[in-house]
Amino acid sequence: MLEGVVQGLSTAFSFYNITMVVAGCLIGTLIGMLPGLGPMSIIAIMIPVAIQLGDPSSALIMLAGVYYGAIFGGSTSSILINAPGVAGTVATAFDGYPMAMRGEAGKALTIAAVASFAGGTVGAVLLFAFAPALSSIAILFWSAEYFALMLVGLSAIAAFAGRGKVVKALLMTVFGLMLATVGESALFNAPRFTMGLLDLQSGFNFVTLAMALFALPEAIYLILDKTRGAAARTGGSEIKNLRISRAEAKAIAPVVGRQSLQGFVIGVMPGAGATLASFLGYAVERNLAKDKDRAEFGKGSIKGLAAPETANNAACTGSFVPLLTLGIPGSGTTAILLGALIALNVDPGPRLMVDRPEVFWAVIISMYVGNIVLLILNLPLIPYIAKLLAVPRTFLIPFILFFAMAGAYIGQNNATELLILVGLGVIATLLRFADYPLPPLLIGFILGPMLENNFSRAVLNADGVSFLWERPGTLALVILGGLLVLMPYLRHFRGPARPAAGD
Amino acid sequence: MAADRWIALGFLVFSIAYGWAAWTYPILPFERFNPVKPNTLPIGLAVAGIVLSLIVLLGRREPEAKPEGEAAGLTLARLHHYAWGQALGLIVAMVAYALALRPLGFLLATTLFLGGSSVLLGERRFRLLIPVVLIGTVGIWYLVDEVLGIFLRPWPAFLGI
Repeated sequence: MLEGVVQGLSTAFSFYNITMVVAGCLIGTLIGMLPGLGPMSIIAIMIPVAIQLGDPSSALIMLAGVYYGAIFGGSTSSILINAPGVAGTVATAFDGYPMAMRGEAGKALTIAAVASFAGGTVGAVLLFAFAPALSSIAILFWSAEYFALMLVGLSAIAAFAGRGKVVKALLMTVFGLMLATVGESALFNAPRFTMGLLDLQSGFNFVTLAMALFALPEAIYLILDKTRGAAARTGGSEIKNLRISRAEAKAIAPVVGRQSLQGFVIGVMPGAGATLASFLGYAVERNLAKDKDRAEFGKGSIKGLAAPETANNAACTGSFVPLLTLGIPGSGTTAILLGALIALNVDPGPRLMVDRPEVFWAVIISMYVGNIVLLILNLPLIPYIAKLLAVPRTFLIPFILFFAMAGAYIGQNNATELLILVGLGVIATLLRFADYPLPPLLIGFILGPMLENNFSRAVLNADGVSFLWERPGTLALVILGGLLVLMPYLRHFRGPARPAAGD
Repeated sequence: MAADRWIALGFLVFSIAYGWAAWTYPILPFERFNPVKPNTLPIGLAVAGIVLSLIVLLGRREPEAKPEGEAAGLTLARLHHYAWGQALGLIVAMVAYALALRPLGFLLATTLFLGGSSVLLGERRFRLLIPVVLIGTVGIWYLVDEVLGIFLRPWPAFLGI
């Protein structure tokens, strides 16, 4: 293992890869700040670029940088103009925006950056500790367990989709799995369900699907609702002083400590993710606060700002655990990263640590580097980057639409891809209108081929589906998956409404 | 009927069509005795799709999760306030871009798309618009084609370059 760490260190600290982290963080922050493009769309746009890099470590390092940058950019627009670019930073606006209104925008940004840094750092250390352990268990898994594990992952994603949405999330997962069956597959001899279209021979392209699911509906929402992000044009508050006092640092320290642990644990669970972590972090810290502090929450409390910021970054890091160790994405964002890995011929999963230690460790180490970059490079640049928020919608929207199309077109060089993009984008917008969660669709689509492969292998080995109950590990996982789906119904009549996992 | 049930109805129809396509999928002679056929999983998915969409369609209304501020998006209550014409116009513009990209080449098609959709959204400051669009188009083409080395045909197809 030590050998792998050293290899990862030398990969992560090469000049080229450091440049990639810095570039990724900057691009992520720039675009993440704009309303309309969340981390999923940004990462999807960057995938052709990443594939062009060729080297999987560099590609993944850059994409992870983009992910962090996007979350940080989302916090910035939450604080400055009360318009979260990302669902995971909605809770940041609760206290961040009141602080900006008081003229403390600079302080709020610093607290957000420091809290994110701490959350990301603790997350990276925990990932460092836990991922190899989980990997070594997962390496004992066989196709049957893999199939069951994917069922658990998919049911968990549905279970965490939010109250009243479990069936809808399952429906979207099934839709994603159906889309995944289109085209050729490694197992069978002829392409399926292409409706005779040559362009569907190789199936739907996952970058196109990601754009259609996330970038286009968001852009169409921006077009439809002219007031959306309108605060940008009235101008946010002035960013003056970026410093925080020693007393303030002391006050947020315990919050940061608790939330980085809690956020990480939530992030590891499939389907929960940064959004849930940030809301839960906010709620927990408000309950723990003393009376005087508690009254401050929602009016510009530094603790109320630090809690969701720490938690969402720790959760982002945590969400890499199932991705890197099991090859199963727990969120839309990690699903896109998984798609990128597959496109780069890296087989994610427990073997990753053994087969490609340099990729595995370089990614973990570069997460840490990414957090440092955000703190020392992005924070001082924020007053300048924030000017982007003043871009009028007449310029913003055409470029968002163009980037979405460019992401689908580049690398395919096929204009039919754009028609598929528009068609799926309109469907996705309708689905969002009707309150159907879209991340499960993408996760289903990306897991689809793996699910089918493992299922087929398990059935071939056992000559039937008896593996589902004959192998104790498989049986336990299948039962767990079933319970996860039924859980929300078992306690239907109590418990607060949970926020949807959107990232 | 609420929007989500219409979607469920559409999905029910889709699942049935998908299920039919899976059921009638031509199995090759040597695949006939395999335990997993190319249509095994699709048939399962179609059944799941039919059952789940029926649950949404016929099920009791579940309490909705509360929307979270601006990220929650649109509400049907404000439906008539929305700029439907612009949205439709831009979707048409995207389709036109897709069809024009090959014959017109990247530079011309992109300039027309960016400029046209900006004007459609109400931009009339042409002195600002034209340089922004031109710089944007040429800059992106340069980045993608020259820096990243991904080929994008810059000029119209009839020029042959």
